[in-house]
Amino acid sequence: MKDILTVLNDRRAAARLGGGQKRIDAQHARGKLTARERIDLLLDEDSFEEFDMFVGHRCTDFGMEQQRPYGDGVVTGWGTINGRMVYVFSQDFTVLGGSVSETHARKICKIMDMAVENGAPIIGINDSGGARIQEGVDSLAGYGEVFQRNIMASGVVPQISVIMGPCAGGAVYSPAMTDFIFMVKDTSYMFVTGPDVVKTVTNEVVTAEELGGASTHTRKSSVADAAFENDVEALAEVRRLVDFLPLNNQAKPPVRPFFDEPGRVETSLDTLVPENANSPYDMKELILKIADEADFYEIQEDFAKNIITGFIRLEGRTVGVVANQPMVLAGCLDIDSSRKAARFVRFCDAFEIPILTLVDVPGFLPGTGQEYGGVIKHGAKLLYAYGEATVPKVTVITRKAYGGAYVVMASKHLRSDFNYAWPTSEIAVMGAKGATEIIHRADLGDPEKIAKHTADYEARFANPFVAAERGFIDEVIQPRSTRMRVSRAFASLRNKSVKMPWKKHDNIPL
Amino acid sequence: MFNKILIANRGEIACRVIKSARKMGISTVAIYSDADRQALHVQMADEAIHIGPSPANQSYIVIDKVMDAIRQSGAQAVHPGYGFLSENSKFAEALEAEGIAFVGPPKGAIEAMGDKITSKKIAQEAGVSTVPGYMGLIADADEAVKISGEIGYPVMIKASAGGGGKGMRIAWTDEEAREGFQSSKNEAASSFGDDRIFIEKFVTQPRHIEIQVLCDSHGNGVYLGERECSIQRRNQKVVEEAPSPFLDETTRRAMGEQAVALAQAVGYTSAGTVEFIVDGDKNFYFLEMNTRLQVEHPVTELITGIDLVEQMIRVANGEKLPFKQDDIKLNGWAIENRLYAEDPYRGFLPSIGRLTRYRPPAEVAEDSHVVRNDTGVYEGGEISMYYDPMIAKLCTWAPTRAEAIERMRVALDSFEVEGIGHNLPFLSAVMDHPIFVAGDMTTAFIEEQYPEGFDGVELPEPELRRIAAACAAMHRVAEIRRTRVSGRMDNHERKVGIDWIVSLQGQRYETAIAADHDGSTVTFGDGHEMRVSSDWTPGDQLATLTVEGSPLVLKVGKISGGFRIRSRGADIKVHVRTPRQAELADLMPEKVAPDTSKMLLCPMPGLIVKVDVAVGDEVQEGQALCTVEAMKMENILRAERKGMVSRINAAAGDSLAVDDVIMEFE
Repeated sequence: MKDILTVLNDRRAAARLGGGQKRIDAQHARGKLTARERIDLLLDEDSFEEFDMFVGHRCTDFGMEQQRPYGDGVVTGWGTINGRMVYVFSQDFTVLGGSVSETHARKICKIMDMAVENGAPIIGINDSGGARIQEGVDSLAGYGEVFQRNIMASGVVPQISVIMGPCAGGAVYSPAMTDFIFMVKDTSYMFVTGPDVVKTVTNEVVTAEELGGASTHTRKSSVADAAFENDVEALAEVRRLVDFLPLNNQAKPPVRPFFDEPGRVETSLDTLVPENANSPYDMKELILKIADEADFYEIQEDFAKNIITGFIRLEGRTVGVVANQPMVLAGCLDIDSSRKAARFVRFCDAFEIPILTLVDVPGFLPGTGQEYGGVIKHGAKLLYAYGEATVPKVTVITRKAYGGAYVVMASKHLRSDFNYAWPTSEIAVMGAKGATEIIHRADLGDPEKIAKHTADYEARFANPFVAAERGFIDEVIQPRSTRMRVSRAFASLRNKSVKMPWKKHDNIPL
Repeated sequence: MFNKILIANRGEIACRVIKSARKMGISTVAIYSDADRQALHVQMADEAIHIGPSPANQSYIVIDKVMDAIRQSGAQAVHPGYGFLSENSKFAEALEAEGIAFVGPPKGAIEAMGDKITSKKIAQEAGVSTVPGYMGLIADADEAVKISGEIGYPVMIKASAGGGGKGMRIAWTDEEAREGFQSSKNEAASSFGDDRIFIEKFVTQPRHIEIQVLCDSHGNGVYLGERECSIQRRNQKVVEEAPSPFLDETTRRAMGEQAVALAQAVGYTSAGTVEFIVDGDKNFYFLEMNTRLQVEHPVTELITGIDLVEQMIRVANGEKLPFKQDDIKLNGWAIENRLYAEDPYRGFLPSIGRLTRYRPPAEVAEDSHVVRNDTGVYEGGEISMYYDPMIAKLCTWAPTRAEAIERMRVALDSFEVEGIGHNLPFLSAVMDHPIFVAGDMTTAFIEEQYPEGFDGVELPEPELRRIAAACAAMHRVAEIRRTRVSGRMDNHERKVGIDWIVSLQGQRYETAIAADHDGSTVTFGDGHEMRVSSDWTPGDQLATLTVEGSPLVLKVGKISGGFRIRSRGADIKVHVRTPRQAELADLMPEKVAPDTSKMLLCPMPGLIVKVDVAVGDEVQEGQALCTVEAMKMENILRAERKGMVSRINAAAGDSLAVDDVIMEFE
């Protein structure tokens, strides 16, 4: 027996060494951690239970039978994050470059299947050179199997991808179908075709970092949701995100003890909206002052900054926040912001996370760039996502809510449960000046008359009360008491239940 | 007594006057400009009257507008505060003409002390010590040597038209005086086209010490001790204290008596301040008299127990002073720190914007100590560009100087200000500076000790260790809370360990935490134990702890894997990690901050109005690159050196945050 135990221990030790000390050192020299080190940081200490440690590939071509390392380039299993179960796979770049073989893919598929059956999130750590070319179509088939499972798991359990090295070619499509993608600055990149192919085909000269680095994907393409300084920080922040998310679509979002007064009054919010209606202010201040402990987990912070998305807690419970940001493009809606917010709203709805919407929107961004880019359909995504969402929805209008954008931003007409407005709100078809110029076109030549008409329009519509008279606004609230009002609103909606008509699936304007 | 008083000022001093008036049962009238519609003094006053646009020269210092407000309100008296109209004799005259009491000296005294040459003459006649010097024309070098000898070395040889150090020489000997005279003369002629030269005593190791006087209209006058105001930056006082750590009783009395003599020589009434320059041998020389309430008056109030504003109002009402010189006792020590909306890390540039957080330390008035904060702002208020950047005066009092300084350190640590740049870290640095602690400062303190400006504080080891212990304990609390989340696997919960590695400011501490119901004991790798207790809970932005029996106050921010800690002028990242996390974090490469010398960074949040160059342009040093509008001010950003524009990241209409890269150069 003792000998067998020794054999087991030796095998385990060999498996744990992955591609060997030399490759581990090389990995470290690149500023990257190994697959197992990453799992150590992601999961609670000593909570990792590994599967398939001794799996090896079955390829016999090109001399592959000569090297059959344990684990086949990916470490898989389950563990806990703050005591809550998650499934994890972590590609091991030190073993055959983390390349995906039939067996490598099968290991990933195994834990994905278990995750769906057991209702726990899937976290994938990507660090792979791509398909194992020696295996040919077997490798591609492996990718396909993973993709299909990403699709099946979508909306059932949260899926998180952490890109911590190369992720190129077909491999990108697995993360692409997960709920969140995080990257590490300077050491990760994602692209469908690499710089060499780009040069051959289009003559563009571009570095891997420029083509698909963290900055590209968080600022330009919006493929990634956030980028972090290094592996340690990235994994700590993934843990922080998991603390906000439910384990699956049947579970309620997590509740955590909180040290903040739900009725906390913030007098400073009374002066948040500047006297000049055209002056910007920072909507993030409002989010931080509403949130428990000023804790805000922002998603896509560097993309489409005219809208803010992310998670806060109210009374310890997760709430998704969507907010127009007057500091950027006056907080208008456009293609990028609509897409960004729509995807976020749909994630929240899929996982029963209530949505708080903070509105200061002057309308949709005009221009040929927007129209040619299809703002009609992209804007419709956000409208659709809000209208479709059955989770508790609370909306606070702080200032402008103009035109179609007013309707889009979780208005009463889209089944929002509570629609509050600050006294500074202006709920109207458009700004007073524009409206006057249309209604009183005949007087356009007379600045005095136009000024009077504008003043009349402002007096009539530049306030929340017309909408409140119609019941489109449930209550005009004091800015200082926003946290209290919003907390109570969500508290009252904890048992909300809405049934949707049966459909195979919807047809959101993609 | 008056029924109603108007305060012809704004900000903290208006609030300060309102407090005393209210205590005396007098109703108060504030005046305000456009920018001050929602200001604190407007909220505090019983009535408020709008007097015009934001710039002071269209509102607060327009005598007609202030007079209109006085008439409209029916106020019987006016307190001018400091600055604005406080030393304007025309204003005093206008009030007199309408029979309104001016809470200040008679206009004759304002005029007499308002002119530097006249006031010095009057001072000499009143027997006040003035800087020895020769004001007349000096014919040649021989005469210069003779005069210098009479004054006594060292002397300063100065161009009459001089400024900025040009045409100025210091001479310690006849030889130097001869040379200095000639070179000053030449330089003055070429720089100013005016070669007139004068000579005066050069005051070595100068300290700025001033005497508070208070006189009534019945011929009584007292001095209320001195204030030491040597810590100044470009003639702007930053830290004041009373008494001065430098004066002895004899000098104090001599200065005080001369100050009262001067005040009485000009028929002074009300509170006033006689400023002296004092050299290393305690020789003192008259500088000027300020015929108003000084900014730093609270330190005098704290050591004398006299409410100066109240006394000013009583004097203006014709009352006699209720005390004589012998009744004035100086008790304990008071320190004032001025909080400026100026960013110390950016060369003390004024900073404007919204105060997203403004929480002064709790005011305390006990026998053991006093914490007092005179302020004119509030959380959610706006700091505008129109007025003085001073937003609060934080004062502490204690029986001894050392205790008062220690109370100040803690009070500064507890002062929360966010949203704008401010000098709190700098004030903390001064409170810990050995020269200040020893009381050995001169007016050159800031210039000499911070010649390159201020770039933060490196904390000494014992302080780092205390912070490390505090952070380890706080982090553990936060981690335990995280494990209390719902949805966890029963019986397989996360166990939060006791071993934590704390890294801060390049130091690394191994700690083990043993917690009990009223705190934790943190044991360091070297065996050193520290007892930490506090009621901090996750999310609190201010942690008030007791570490090894003494208070430690930290401003706590969140960063990944730890805290951003601000304390004692330092602003540091503190990482708290398990041994395994620390081991792996050590493998992470140190990221080199990008070289920003070839970039144009946005110096303030603002809107790009115009970009003046294009990619590929050769730019010369000083050439305009782009215009950023912030708070309606257009700021032209210029090239710091020659170069070629390689990339432009912003276009007109973009709004940028601080340090966003606008363009890059090759």
